[in-house]
Amino acid sequence: MAVLQVDRLKAHYITQLYGVRGSVKAVDGITLQIEENEIFGIAGESGCGKTTLIKTLTGVVQPPLKVLDGSVRYDFNGQHVDILSLKKNADRRRYRGFNVSYIPQGSMNVLNPVRKIRKSFWDFVSAHRAFANKSELFDLVESHLLSLGLTPGILNAFPHQLSGGMRQRVTIALATILKPMVILADEPSTALDVIMQRGVIQLLKKIKSEMQNTIVLVTHDLAIHANICDRVAIMYAGEIVEEAPVKEIFHDARHPYTQFLLSSLPAIGDKEERLSAPGAPPSLHNPPTGCRFHPRCPAAKHLCKEKSPELFNAAPHHRVACFLTEGAEGVREDRGSSR
Amino acid sequence: MNNTLLKADDLTKVYNLGRVFSRERIVAVNKANFSLPGDTPQIFTLAGESGSGKTTVAKMILGFVEPSEGKILYGETDITHIKSRAQKMQFMREIQPVFQNPFETFNPLKRVSTYLFETTINFGIAANRTEAEDVVNSALERVGLSLDTIRGKYPNEYSGGQLQRVSVARSLITNPSVLVTDEPVSMVDASLRMSIVNLFKNLSQQQGVSVVYITHDLATAYYVSDRIAIMLRGNLVEIGTVQQVLDDPKHPYTQILKDSVPEPNPDLRWDRDIALTDLERVEYGLSGCKFAGRCPKVMDVCRSEDPDYVEMAGRRVKCHLYGETV
Repeated sequence: MAVLQVDRLKAHYITQLYGVRGSVKAVDGITLQIEENEIFGIAGESGCGKTTLIKTLTGVVQPPLKVLDGSVRYDFNGQHVDILSLKKNADRRRYRGFNVSYIPQGSMNVLNPVRKIRKSFWDFVSAHRAFANKSELFDLVESHLLSLGLTPGILNAFPHQLSGGMRQRVTIALATILKPMVILADEPSTALDVIMQRGVIQLLKKIKSEMQNTIVLVTHDLAIHANICDRVAIMYAGEIVEEAPVKEIFHDARHPYTQFLLSSLPAIGDKEERLSAPGAPPSLHNPPTGCRFHPRCPAAKHLCKEKSPELFNAAPHHRVACFLTEGAEGVREDRGSSR
Repeated sequence: MNNTLLKADDLTKVYNLGRVFSRERIVAVNKANFSLPGDTPQIFTLAGESGSGKTTVAKMILGFVEPSEGKILYGETDITHIKSRAQKMQFMREIQPVFQNPFETFNPLKRVSTYLFETTINFGIAANRTEAEDVVNSALERVGLSLDTIRGKYPNEYSGGQLQRVSVARSLITNPSVLVTDEPVSMVDASLRMSIVNLFKNLSQQQGVSVVYITHDLATAYYVSDRIAIMLRGNLVEIGTVQQVLDDPKHPYTQILKDSVPEPNPDLRWDRDIALTDLERVEYGLSGCKFAGRCPKVMDVCRSEDPDYVEMAGRRVKCHLYGETV
């Protein structure tokens, strides 16, 4: 059963300067479906719209970001919610924490530096749920920390006394204390060293097995996806170019961009020469016509420069948007010939 | 032993924390010994988790932090306590840094080329701007760019990988023999990392520049470097060639570190959990081996005595497991 259904979502950053309108097409026509109790990974280089997509999924859309089209529908045990139709913050707030939880990028820096961790927990938790007294709340906090393998002693520490990895785990504990059904995590393991990164991955796995919930994980490191995700979607220039179960992505990648990403990963025990993908992701202000990957694609055909390919099922549960894949015919109609 | 380019000799840095009555000594770097050979340029990697003293070593090599004990030799001159300005300038020409985050290295309001020209003029490599153009252009060509492509551009027009290249070009202006690079790829996208790492490889193999590469990413370290030292809470626990150390790690910490590098293969997922530290400071305060609290092979002697280095076929390991008494 799908817990989250995204349909033709378009979210652009609209800017206006001296009467000149510009739009950055950060999320441009994304359709995806996330099943209950899975870990869904979203990968891609910086500047491909990963963070904007996650932000839109939480329903927090603030100018200059604007949703032009599409819907984001959640299904919380039979209760259907279209999060983008909720206009008031108070309405959205009812679902935050309990149903959807968002771990933003660089979240290890969200803790207030002049308050102890205990106070931060008090602030966060009491904003969502009423408690009879403080001890009831801290009983909950302590049992939650213990169940995640963290020592309750950290409650009396200030954020600067903890290492980056520890702070990251504390904020993940904060985000999951009300047992949300969907966790949206944006780059939770980036900027941590390998051991702490492994600790964060361990923690997310543990949360998922204990709470039986769904995790959407955004990171540019494909090796992390290989380690934790059930399904992976590859984003490029505001679109999903490939989506498949994790084993198929790594063993049978169809899109040239996915193959690029995979071939640039180094491994211990392998000194063979490796190259980065040439070029850089395009500006989303004025993306290339046709397939947005064609300027960097080694096998681009004439058709790729003119028409934009549609995501289609190349194999069961394996969607690809590339004209070079066998069976690709669909053309995206919602794209003009240029701009 | 005249044939060394850079040598750290019992390099130690102690930080005193806390107030007068509750003073704590933290040995950020404890008697580090390593060297770069003078005849063949090498890439030497310092690896370890955050808070293990890697950056302190880099700062001491660059002269930003004065060591508490020990010294650093460049060729045969001691560069730890340079007083005269002319000598300092000479040494700064030879050893140049590349910093971690390219987006913070450059001021967003300044054109990136200003940094290159400033370095050229400040070091007196060119007398005026027209002469400087040639110097800057040749430095940029060494990293695969040219002055015409970067002229007049601001940092926001570049991706992290390109900016890091400009950053490397800046450090090459003085024609240094050693580059000290502190986590140069950790802020760069995974897909662009290889281009930076390949650049260092090219610099060392074809252009005769030695590189001290500081990272926590063992996969790129294996790919690029010749020799590697693993750091743990201020101690170099294992040091040797990269094939020796990473293909067959001896120290339990190196084994865990290697095992924690995520494999880009969904069939090789981690199936067991590892122990993590809660507070770094506690580990710094341990009297025996600093890894005793987390080590899967811990023995009684580890908690009380600091292990000595054991020489094993060209590598050094600091662990009781390989001591002669066991």
